[in-house]
Amino acid sequence: MPLTPLNDRMITGEQSYATIDQSISSMITDQKRHTRPWFIMFLIGIMGTGLLGCTITWLVYQGVGVWGNNVPTAWAFDIVNFVWWIGIGHAGTLISAILLLLRQPWRNSINRFSEAMTIFAVMCAGMFPLLHTGRPWVAIYWLFPYPNIMALWPQFRSPLMWDVFAVSTYFTVSLLFWFLGLVPDFATLRDQSKNKFAKVLLAIVCLGWRGSNRHWHRYEQAYLILAGLSTPLVLSVHSIVSFDFASSIVPGWNVTVFPPYFVAGAVFAGFAMVLTFAIPIRKIYKLEHLITARHIDWMAKITLATGLIVAYGYTLELFYAWYSGNPHEWDMTFYRRITGPYSWAYWSLIVCNVVAPQAFWFPWCRRNLTVVMIVCQFVSVGMWLERFVIIPMSLTANYLPSANRMYYPTVWDFAMFGGTIGFFIMLMFLFIRFMPVINIFEVKDLLYKMLGNKDAQIGEAPVELPEPALGRSV
Amino acid sequence: MSYGGSSTGETYALVAEFASAEELLVAAEKVSQEGYREVDAYTPFPVHGLSDALRFHDVKVPWFIICGGLCGGFFGFTLQWYTATIDYPLNVGGKPFNSLPSFFPVTFECTILFSALTALISMFALNGLPKPYHSIFNTPGFERASKDRFFLAIEKSDAKYDPEATRVFLASLSPLAVSEVEE
Repeated sequence: MPLTPLNDRMITGEQSYATIDQSISSMITDQKRHTRPWFIMFLIGIMGTGLLGCTITWLVYQGVGVWGNNVPTAWAFDIVNFVWWIGIGHAGTLISAILLLLRQPWRNSINRFSEAMTIFAVMCAGMFPLLHTGRPWVAIYWLFPYPNIMALWPQFRSPLMWDVFAVSTYFTVSLLFWFLGLVPDFATLRDQSKNKFAKVLLAIVCLGWRGSNRHWHRYEQAYLILAGLSTPLVLSVHSIVSFDFASSIVPGWNVTVFPPYFVAGAVFAGFAMVLTFAIPIRKIYKLEHLITARHIDWMAKITLATGLIVAYGYTLELFYAWYSGNPHEWDMTFYRRITGPYSWAYWSLIVCNVVAPQAFWFPWCRRNLTVVMIVCQFVSVGMWLERFVIIPMSLTANYLPSANRMYYPTVWDFAMFGGTIGFFIMLMFLFIRFMPVINIFEVKDLLYKMLGNKDAQIGEAPVELPEPALGRSV
Repeated sequence: MSYGGSSTGETYALVAEFASAEELLVAAEKVSQEGYREVDAYTPFPVHGLSDALRFHDVKVPWFIICGGLCGGFFGFTLQWYTATIDYPLNVGGKPFNSLPSFFPVTFECTILFSALTALISMFALNGLPKPYHSIFNTPGFERASKDRFFLAIEKSDAKYDPEATRVFLASLSPLAVSEVEE
């Protein structure tokens, strides 16, 4: 694969506002742009969704006994998958909120579909704990505080309750943030759509947005504050998820470094997933001029940075096991994880999460899309293994050796995990087809900034953008 | 673009069309200096400096959000305090009924949730949205306001508005076109 020059730009080629509009909005207005790759991916997605439907039906009919969970391993695949999916979502919020606050305008071209990923990933995540309760239809009074006839209230001293609030707030706020950004883009699509039905539909969802300065003024206030709110929110969500483990006394869970290390791991897995989708999509839909090699380079660097934080977390886990002087922690860490029956999982995780991302130190690896894709797959698998090593594995050995049991997942455990992946793919590809994949107006704003707020020249014809336009050289 | 609104024949505003944000900013500044106040600009993306140029200052949204956030925090904490100490006191491991540190996460999440909802609702409400029809949509070529054109409207309600003088003034700002838009 040819290497692109180092000093490429955030928008390449000859561009004007109209050409940017065209390359994004035509994905909706011209449905013929969706060809075979879309159908293949959608088919995979819909088959996975069918599998998910079957699994859930069987699970609800039979009960959670169809899973491999059993005492002492009461939390297994379901919680592993829950934490994994929630983590995937975190990259979206990081890109849309934290990078906005850090004034990184390059996020303008990747925030929309990362936010979509966040929402879909949280949807997948939410299913697991809900079904893990065994009777999801009565879970409403276990989970949500409402005055009920049994005069019961949820137990707010439990991190599991905090989780309910954190995840549901996270989902709602991500959805609001996403919708807010979509409204002006829906207005753009409304004005360009030729199809009468589509026009009416878009006119409804864009709420009559007319791009007035007064609208934008308040829009920007609301958007910036939402970003400011989402930033502590996203950090709190995975911290609270980690409290489910860290606040217990189970050996292997009771580690104070969990909150920051879980958050870093979430961003790490999330960026790998963003890259996994961004690389093929920019190729299939010819969006290389908007999601440039520089974007991929920067995302790979963030993956590397968060990967190093995660590696530091693994080191600290070992250190605490020794330094705490707790023999059970020592046993769990050194005799179960590193050398025990699950050592294959531990060492695979080290290879995937610690060794593989080191490739991103080398510029040619960050610029070679095949390498980036491969490393991202390693990271996704590695982060799943990390949760596997932490969650079910720590439960297989407890304080009494007589209670130790190995954990074996069943086919339904795999089916539900595979099913949620299919569901995620289906939603992503429906999103690609029917919604603007890249934030249209924010990319125009980026173009305006790249021209140094001097856009009079592009009123007439598209222009080549100046060399190292924004930010520093690589 | 027509959204099927019935035209009353009354003038709504004089609208000038510009090809770039740069030209719009210059024009907006001149319009304000001339003393026009009932002015609005229509752009495909938020142009920084335009609110200053049009003398539009508004900080209602942030105030609404902080009120919403405070309500959320109050709600979250009171909910936990009331259920744990008054309505359903339960001794868990000898912890006090009012376990303040344990109540922080939910209080925080409720603060964020209420602020975010207030942000969205107050932004749309203050902007008067949803509003599927607006007179400005009668402007010729207005469908490009969301694409690559920049419009500046001096509304008839402005004290300085004069059908002829305002038109001549707008034309002097070298726009692509000036049109009279009906209600």
